Amino acid sequence: MIFSILPRLVAAAALVLPLGAPHAIKKLNVVATTPDLGALAREIGGDAVDVKTLAKPSEDPHFVDAKPSHIVTLNRADVLVEGGAELEQGWLPPLLENARNDRLAAGAPGLVIASQGIRMLEVPATLDRSRGDVHALGNPHFLIDPVDAKIVAANIAAHLTQVDPSDAAIFKANLAKFNAAVDAKLVDWQKQLAPFKGGKVVTYHNDFVYFAERFHLDVVETLEPKPGIAPSPSHLAKVIGTMKGANAHVVLVQPYQNRKTAETVAREGNGVVVDFSQQPGAIKGTDTYVDLMDTLVKSIANAFQAKP
Amino acid sequence: MRVFRRAFVGILVVASAAHAQTSDSVSRRQQRTVDSLAAAVRGLQQRVDSLETTASAAPAAAAPARSGGAYMNMGFDALADFGWSTTKDVLSLQRGDHDPHVRGFTVPNVELTFDGAVDPYFKGFAAIVTKLNELGETEIEVEEAWAQTTSLPYNLQAKAGQFLGDFGRQNAQHPHAWAFVDQPLVLNQMFGKDGLRGQGARLSWLAPTETYTEMSVSVLNSFGGTTSSFRSNESGDIHGGVPVDHPVDGVTDLLIVPRITSSFDLSDTQTLVVGASGAFGPNNSGTKSRTQIYGGDLYYKWKPEVAAAGFPFFSIQAEAVARTYDAAPRTAVETGVALPAETLNDWGAYSQALWGIRPRIIAGVRGDIVRNSTSKFSAIDRQDRQRISPNFTWYPSEFSKFRLQYNYDHRAGMGDDHSLWLQFEFMMGAHAAHKF
Repeated sequence: MIFSILPRLVAAAALVLPLGAPHAIKKLNVVATTPDLGALAREIGGDAVDVKTLAKPSEDPHFVDAKPSHIVTLNRADVLVEGGAELEQGWLPPLLENARNDRLAAGAPGLVIASQGIRMLEVPATLDRSRGDVHALGNPHFLIDPVDAKIVAANIAAHLTQVDPSDAAIFKANLAKFNAAVDAKLVDWQKQLAPFKGGKVVTYHNDFVYFAERFHLDVVETLEPKPGIAPSPSHLAKVIGTMKGANAHVVLVQPYQNRKTAETVAREGNGVVVDFSQQPGAIKGTDTYVDLMDTLVKSIANAFQAKP
Repeated sequence: MRVFRRAFVGILVVASAAHAQTSDSVSRRQQRTVDSLAAAVRGLQQRVDSLETTASAAPAAAAPARSGGAYMNMGFDALADFGWSTTKDVLSLQRGDHDPHVRGFTVPNVELTFDGAVDPYFKGFAAIVTKLNELGETEIEVEEAWAQTTSLPYNLQAKAGQFLGDFGRQNAQHPHAWAFVDQPLVLNQMFGKDGLRGQGARLSWLAPTETYTEMSVSVLNSFGGTTSSFRSNESGDIHGGVPVDHPVDGVTDLLIVPRITSSFDLSDTQTLVVGASGAFGPNNSGTKSRTQIYGGDLYYKWKPEVAAAGFPFFSIQAEAVARTYDAAPRTAVETGVALPAETLNDWGAYSQALWGIRPRIIAGVRGDIVRNSTSKFSAIDRQDRQRISPNFTWYPSEFSKFRLQYNYDHRAGMGDDHSLWLQFEFMMGAHAAHKF
């Protein structure tokens, strides 16, 4: 009796417990920490990959809950794309520790450090928290510079190719397609923003410097007095003064930031609030990276155009 | 770059000086020209300087993006309490090691933590805790020091060293991660003032299922100051007799702690974590007497789709623990009276709700209860109690916090007490990651 059941049990166990390496015809499981990285992974991986994103588009990427379901997601990942500039340091390390996934270990081909090769801005000379929650490796909000997005895309393509050489041609073609699309669009975006060269903007958090540098805008103030420090009334009064003095009208705010505060400042400083998001999907019609940038460029150009 | 800059400046200065000499008179107009040229040079110099900075900073920043500069993360965390209680004997009321201990000021937890990769196979962690006791004397303890595997197959993970026992939710958390000023009563009663902690090993397995399920079993020494219900020297406070020392003859003389945890995302915005734990081992009321402890715990959290800095949120955490303590026939230390064999059946629970009102402001309330079966020996560690504690926490930043908490205590036979505690915490060093 036991002998007749045994093979069936073994077969059942083999089905229930897929302990082996990922199957050849299976799509690569790619996990991205934030939706912007996820969007790039989708562009490059195409049909050869399944992309899951840990942070929601509407979520503050600094403060994502380290939910146990994320541990399961990371446990099954073949590739992880992370920012690499400490944006996720408040929640990613405990997830990775419990995920027990060797494929994502430091130095493994399955771990993509997006910031690799990026010229980081605002790398602090000294680490001093009296200046707020500064990131040791520089400002981590680099993906809204399309040139940086191309670097990250190339980085992702290189790693996907290493993990899954059989689909190398797909990744190469997708990367070329993405680069061509961004290059073409970049000319258009630069043209749209050219009339506003040197235009002054105010942001809530210090998350706009890469875009500002690329398109020659000037971030004159942030509503947070220091990164991660809540706006105080005295600081907001100073911001309003700066806006009036410097003729800055555009106040940029992301969905997870306090829009009421931004509205008050805009009203007092004769400005307008512009909703922007670094994360595809947070604002309607911005599911791909190019759509996201299109919307962002357009809304900023409109805000400058409409300035009082 | 610098040579070029100096040559450029030199040429400009010589040119302007020559121009000044060939003129018949040094008119104001010429002076203005020189001034404006000097200003232009200064401007150019600044631009060249900034170019130099950018050029030299760029390669360093674009290098492999892990500059941390150390092989180990170090953190420092200090907790201080200030307050008043209606009881003069605050220690009898606040029995946790990291609770406030006196009317006035207490510094119950000053913690140094170290963590990092040991090599490609292990990760290491240590927490060295110093504190000032109720007499103001410095005490030091190796709270945790362990290594954990990073690459075992089959979703396994092993850990060995001194560590906080994996029983329930709060026991394994360090005091700075607690949502209240003090230890829940039931954890104090079952595991003592420092919670369940010891030297041993833990093996855990992450089930290959769609929903998160982790099973673990820890094997720990059953003696030492932090194994209160087992063979701790302080166990006399539970059973009243002289602690019986006996050698470790076999596996059953060790403390076995199994646990299972599962988690469900009820929706995009709601998560539930449930767990069940046990702790089984010998106690020292006799040579063959044993203790069984069972626990159930849950954690629920709601956070909306759009949340600024993780706020608002609402969470509930609850744990219930029951203990069966087989006390052998023994002689009461204090009275010399013979105490019969008896089984002590005790239980307790706490439940706490937190409401993150707006960024960095949290209101909370916790209810505590412990109930004990009657015994021939009345122990301070087996006292029927209940407590209700509303509190309010404000985080100026992620690295500091103020907490104000009121405790309404009721102890059977001793009446009511009221306490008000203000806690301040600050941390430095490595950015603390938050477990769920």
